[in-house]
Amino acid sequence: MTQEARSPIVELTDVDKRYGDGPTILDKVSFSARRGDFITLIGPSGCGKSTVLKLISGLSPASSGRIVVDGAPAGSVENLAFVFQEPTLLPWLSVQRNVELPQRLNGAGKGPRAETARRSLDLVGLSDRTDYYPRQLSGGQKMRVSIARALSVSPRILLLDEPFGALDEMTRDHLNEELLGIRQQLAWTAFFVTHSVPEAVFLSNRILVMSANPGRIHEEVRVDFPYPRTEETRESAPYQKLVGEVSRILRSVERLKQ
Amino acid sequence: MSGPKQGISAARALRRTLPILTGVGMIIAWYAIDMAMSPEQRFLLPTPGAVARAFVDEGPTLWGAALNTGGGALLGFGTAVALSFVLALILSLSPLVRASFYPYLMILQMTPIIVMAPILILWVGPGLKSVTIITFLICFFPMVVNTTQGLVSTDRNLVDYFRMCKASKAQEIFLLRVPAALPYFFTGLRIAGTLAPIGAIVGDFYAGNSAGGQGGLGFLAIIYSSRFQMGALFATAAVSCLLGFIFVAGVVALSWLALHKWHDSFSQSDT
Repeated sequence: MTQEARSPIVELTDVDKRYGDGPTILDKVSFSARRGDFITLIGPSGCGKSTVLKLISGLSPASSGRIVVDGAPAGSVENLAFVFQEPTLLPWLSVQRNVELPQRLNGAGKGPRAETARRSLDLVGLSDRTDYYPRQLSGGQKMRVSIARALSVSPRILLLDEPFGALDEMTRDHLNEELLGIRQQLAWTAFFVTHSVPEAVFLSNRILVMSANPGRIHEEVRVDFPYPRTEETRESAPYQKLVGEVSRILRSVERLKQ
Repeated sequence: MSGPKQGISAARALRRTLPILTGVGMIIAWYAIDMAMSPEQRFLLPTPGAVARAFVDEGPTLWGAALNTGGGALLGFGTAVALSFVLALILSLSPLVRASFYPYLMILQMTPIIVMAPILILWVGPGLKSVTIITFLICFFPMVVNTTQGLVSTDRNLVDYFRMCKASKAQEIFLLRVPAALPYFFTGLRIAGTLAPIGAIVGDFYAGNSAGGQGGLGFLAIIYSSRFQMGALFATAAVSCLLGFIFVAGVVALSWLALHKWHDSFSQSDT
């Protein structure tokens, strides 16, 4: 990790969000992320954790407050990529052409975009599946393609909204390790939404536990295990202890809700 | 392990030979019915042999007519496909546009061709032009409705993804909505493909014109029936049927070409 740039890459200050006259989704949310942070947002359903990602990406505007992304207002940043819970691949395009899509939409030339797509597919270990169509892939492979597509724009910020939520545990663990491996090479800043405490502890250096109605940041937990993290990290006692601790906080937040 | 496999291949062989056996059985039954008829009635049901003879005798006339009808059908069908695609694109832009066009499309579809034909003949005269327009009218509606439905049924997540990538409206339409609508488009094409030859023959029946060898299968049917040429009438029916098959086969082949690689309807696990 290059840690020399200590200035925040994403900063939210007193951000509120509500849709029309509906209930307040987010209430005075403030936090800042440094370059290279892996921040996981976890909390009960309806706490607005996915909404935070949408605000950072600019897909949806904040009702009040300030969001600065890479020195600019949210929505104006180029090198940002989103990975959704669904792989959202185009079924009529081959794996290769799916990964090329965001560059194609940006108007990139055929040669360079094919080259970057191949490199991204290499990173997720699917360089032998370039000519396959999405329906020929397993759920885990589809998600890998979706991640490769996000990486193909060389993002500085990666937003992941429960990307592994629909996968079995084995595949999920495996993809978690792969994701961290790619991060070692490409050093983006990640914002990750999940319902799984073990996943949150394994991936992040910071966990923001949120509470619902309205959505607030309840507590921040720091995870100081060194990267790279492996299967051994999962088996270690400090990891297990921290999983237990975050689960307890999450339970207390759930009780708060009732 | 060879036991069950042999059973499967035997079942497959049976499945292939059964239709042929049914066909042979039907021809025998046909001859039997013909023999049982009194000599005065017998002209009503020509034997398969008589139909075959009519094919030879009337060959040039039949194929010429089939070519005329096929041409009209293809022209009307092609125009309907092209124009319906353009209209579907316009209709897909907003529910408001759809609401303002649909009632008139319905009126067009609800008016029987039998009533439209005389109007058309008065407008453009009999012959290929009328036949083409009648075919067009029959094919247009199912094409517009299906293609429009396809264009507005794009997966919401994919649309959101395109918007997030800041795709232009044109990119969203031609890289996302149009390919996503292909399965619907081909459903419309299949319906229109079966209707096109029927439409052309019906059109020719009303608006056919023998002048300059322009007559089609519908016109030929009128002529043969007025002369009590039953064998030739049956041959005309057979050629019409063949024309329909060619259209459907063409559409099925096109849809296979466009969809088999990626669409679930061609999934291997189904077979």
